[in-house]
Amino acid sequence: MFRISLMAAGLALTLAGASMAAEKPVLNVYTYDSFASDWGPGPKVEKAFEAICDCDLKFTTAGDGAALLARVQLEGKRSRADVVLGLDTNLTARAAASGLFAPHGITPENLAVPGGWNDPLFLPFDWGYFAFVYDKTKLGTVPHSFRELAAAPDSLKIVIEDPRSSTPGLGLLLWVKAAYGDKAPEIWKGLAPHILTVTKGWSEAYGMFLKGEADMVLSYTTSPAYHLIAENDNSKAAAIFDEGHYMQIEVAGKMATAPHPDLADKFLKFMMSEKFQSLIPTTNWMYPAVRLKEGLPKGFAAPIPADKALILSPEQALVARDAALAEWQSALSK
Amino acid sequence: MAERAEQVITPALVAGLGAAALVAALSLGTVAVVAGAAVSPMRLGAGDWAALKFTLSQALVSAALSCALAVPVARALARRSFAGRGLLVTLLGAPFILPVIVAVLGLLAVYGRGGLVSAVLVHFGYAPLSIYGFRGVVLAHVFFNLPLATRLLLQGWQRVPAEHFRLAAQLGMTTRDINRVIERPILRAVLPGAFATIFLLCVTSFAVALTLGGGPRATTIELAIYQAFRFDFDMGRAAALALMQFAIGALAAVLAWRMAQTRAQDPQLAPEVHRWDCAGFPSRVADSLGLLLVALFLLLPLAMVLIDGLRGIALLDGRVWLALGRSVLVALASAVLTLLLALALGLAAVSRRQGAIAGGFESIGFLSIAASPMVIGTGLFIILYPLVDPASMALPVTALVNAAMSLPFALRATLPALRQAEATHGRLADSLGLGGGMRFRLLHWPFIRPAAGFATGLAAALSMGDLGVVALFADPDAATLPLYLYRLMGSYQMTAASGAALLLVAASLALFAVFDRWGRAAR
Repeated sequence: MFRISLMAAGLALTLAGASMAAEKPVLNVYTYDSFASDWGPGPKVEKAFEAICDCDLKFTTAGDGAALLARVQLEGKRSRADVVLGLDTNLTARAAASGLFAPHGITPENLAVPGGWNDPLFLPFDWGYFAFVYDKTKLGTVPHSFRELAAAPDSLKIVIEDPRSSTPGLGLLLWVKAAYGDKAPEIWKGLAPHILTVTKGWSEAYGMFLKGEADMVLSYTTSPAYHLIAENDNSKAAAIFDEGHYMQIEVAGKMATAPHPDLADKFLKFMMSEKFQSLIPTTNWMYPAVRLKEGLPKGFAAPIPADKALILSPEQALVARDAALAEWQSALSK
Repeated sequence: MAERAEQVITPALVAGLGAAALVAALSLGTVAVVAGAAVSPMRLGAGDWAALKFTLSQALVSAALSCALAVPVARALARRSFAGRGLLVTLLGAPFILPVIVAVLGLLAVYGRGGLVSAVLVHFGYAPLSIYGFRGVVLAHVFFNLPLATRLLLQGWQRVPAEHFRLAAQLGMTTRDINRVIERPILRAVLPGAFATIFLLCVTSFAVALTLGGGPRATTIELAIYQAFRFDFDMGRAAALALMQFAIGALAAVLAWRMAQTRAQDPQLAPEVHRWDCAGFPSRVADSLGLLLVALFLLLPLAMVLIDGLRGIALLDGRVWLALGRSVLVALASAVLTLLLALALGLAAVSRRQGAIAGGFESIGFLSIAASPMVIGTGLFIILYPLVDPASMALPVTALVNAAMSLPFALRATLPALRQAEATHGRLADSLGLGGGMRFRLLHWPFIRPAAGFATGLAAALSMGDLGVVALFADPDAATLPLYLYRLMGSYQMTAASGAALLLVAASLALFAVFDRWGRAAR
């Protein structure tokens, strides 16, 4: 009898424990695939936030920033997402126009993003510069501007991503636009003989570059840091261009329909904290959005000066992209 | 016969209608759902017509070349027996089932600017090979589809009774006579379907065409659909493009159906085919050389995937095995489902010997080949999202959609065998009053088992390597192997990714080989 009641008590405790666990609210964070992957910041972020939030943090993934926005638009007001993390400023005008996002109400402090920040809907969590990455042991003469790249011998080949299917691809489109404005088509015409091919996404392009298919690949100024820190390989470098470099600022926002708005606020605050931000450099291989106490990890090159940063505002980017895409298509289709 | 004709509603017809409804819902139904969710009207842009032109031209050339090359290869395989022939036939199935990114990197390792061929050329002072452009697209599509065409033709050859060749030898027929009397009718029966299948596969190609096409010149309809969803969020345009793709698919299916001339063949009594006519030295040399070249063309990129992958295997940890396990489960479920759908449609088609109904069942089976994975995925997502958590449906949806996608190949492989069974033994079975399950077991199954094995293996392998449809349903905690592979690549883990790619290829090939050999073991 005693044993049975003990078992019953144990069972009751187990059930209570289970129901308590079940009662923990679930914070749904939508993000892009590589953020939540085992090698990205996701697992560490999840652990750190769950230690303080008394909640269950759950990631839902889409391919990349653009896929993420399309997914949220598809779900619309029925979306179960609390936070969307991983859009960039080339997408935020469209995201804001969807009416799906709510103001975050946070004034970020100690911000390390060049140009400052005043978007009421989205907060930056990391940023970087697009750049052409090359192998120092293989490429003799490194071009230092789009014009030099255009003037290089035709045998110098680059591989780029398609702006229609890839965030870095769109970044390059706007980079040329921001640097050259109306002269952009001319630049694209000059680059055309050097463009070995255009890939669907970053992974394909970078994979082809590492296999030696192309001399340079469109990636980030922070890519060489990965090879140096994670692989102890210092053969990769980013070509610094005189025109300046287009920035990618990655942002997160709270859904207006968030089932757990308070937790979402808490998460966005956590996102701007040292704990979250210190994970970024060596997991997402981008610059953190705030200044870290310890500074950047060893092997991480200091960002190029802020006066070399190029960026279109979200509104400018939205206006520019369709025309820029048409120019790009016609220059490369000849 | 009369008795069967009176039975208007047979179980076969009911099952066929069910399968047809499911395929139609998945392919056309999802387009309707996407169109219904659109805020903008359905319309096409100027660039979409350019995409249509490029799509059609590359698909026509790729399909024509794949089929033309497959004829001598299939003939050589059919009339020669040599050590390792079975292994070669299995390995030739491999390119078709490779995940796109793996195949592209494998191809580039051989034919790319930094590939083997270029290395040899540069060594001797020539410029490296440049494959990017129209020829690159065609090269990749032939690499993918020549093996499929070969297998489909080979099955046609193998349905010719050995007695025909014996009789031909007794009559003193030359190779040319045999070609006219026996082989040409086979080709007329099998080639149109094979051509249409490959043509449509090339129509829906996207990442391969873009990467090897060298830029936006190589925009296919599928890429335009992708752009409509991702870049413009214009579902009206996506639906319009998807309908355009279906129109092409329908046209190709109807043409193939009208051109194909099926002829009843006699049952095969002797298992061994001996070809007395081609024992001569020149024909032996020609066959050997042809097979060798094709094997090199197809297997070198695979070898590069293997070499590259071996370095990466050591970097993989336990999670990759979980991903592999999930993928194998999905592949098996998908394979079984494919076979059931193909049998349901095929039996319904042959139960109506001739006419529009038979053609209808066959055409429905073709539908999903012209479907856009992006549209199917999005349509299903719109339907399911209000009801369930998409991530919880990731694996079932993957299995179902992949089954629908593999159905055209399965039907292409099994339907001719079913027709042959009915044509040769159907009357006998009728006179014996053989119907239902008994008819299937005794009459149909022995004929279709090789094709069924091949089709099931193909479905399993295709499902193993697929990523396209499930992107919207992906569960971050329960990745399939292809998703895991892409995650590795997206996180700079290129070496580990090539290890995962090798694992994926090995598992796909193993699944394919098991089913395929099980089918062929019957012969």
